[in-house]
Amino acid sequence: MKVFVTKGALDPYKEIIEYERTALPAGKHGGVVSFVGTMRDFNDGEDVTAMNLDYYPGMTERHIERVCQEAMDEWDVMDTLVVHRVGEMVPTDPIVLVAVWSAHRKDSFDACRYIINYLKESAPFWKCEVTTEGKKHWVEKNSEDPGVAKRVTRKSA
Amino acid sequence: MDITVRYFASLRDRMGRSEEQVSFDKDKVTVADLWGQISKEPMPESILVAVNMEYTDAGHELKAGDEVAFFPPVTGG
Repeated sequence: MKVFVTKGALDPYKEIIEYERTALPAGKHGGVVSFVGTMRDFNDGEDVTAMNLDYYPGMTERHIERVCQEAMDEWDVMDTLVVHRVGEMVPTDPIVLVAVWSAHRKDSFDACRYIINYLKESAPFWKCEVTTEGKKHWVEKNSEDPGVAKRVTRKSA
Repeated sequence: MDITVRYFASLRDRMGRSEEQVSFDKDKVTVADLWGQISKEPMPESILVAVNMEYTDAGHELKAGDEVAFFPPVTGG
């Protein structure tokens, strides 16, 4: 399992190839399922020209690792790789890579979906968008996948 | 006891700082007590709290040296 956050450009397909060559035993996996999230040039009807992604060093990695471990406990998965970009980026830039290797495809499809959904739910990242008018605003919430149970909530004292 | 407090994203902008140290004379201090010390406003319903990088609630009792983070809903991925 490998999880890391990077400030530089992210080439997700190079990351998949390199990780598969160096960390996976040859000939044992039947496939890799990947999700690559990229930056859109629109959100909530507004044109977006740039974005800054903030995170909480340490907590972010810990919570992504936990989600990957949960997926490995639930499905017959050989290995997982998650890379998330932070800092300044522009539309079409890859933001996140989730890659899952398994002997049989069902396990990697299910695990990949689980990891990206719960990464979005629990890993502390925050998007700040810049619109064509030069206005900056923090994105208040992600779009929701109806299949994802809320687990990050706050109860009052 | 001393507590490190961190703010992120829109809450950091609103507080005008990213981090501060808060000291208490008493031993029994909760996250809600800490919020009362740092802000005159009630703690917004949507704000999340983590103590030592684990999500928790306003009733969580703090220990000396804890790192408490307040932040808005997360929007990664």
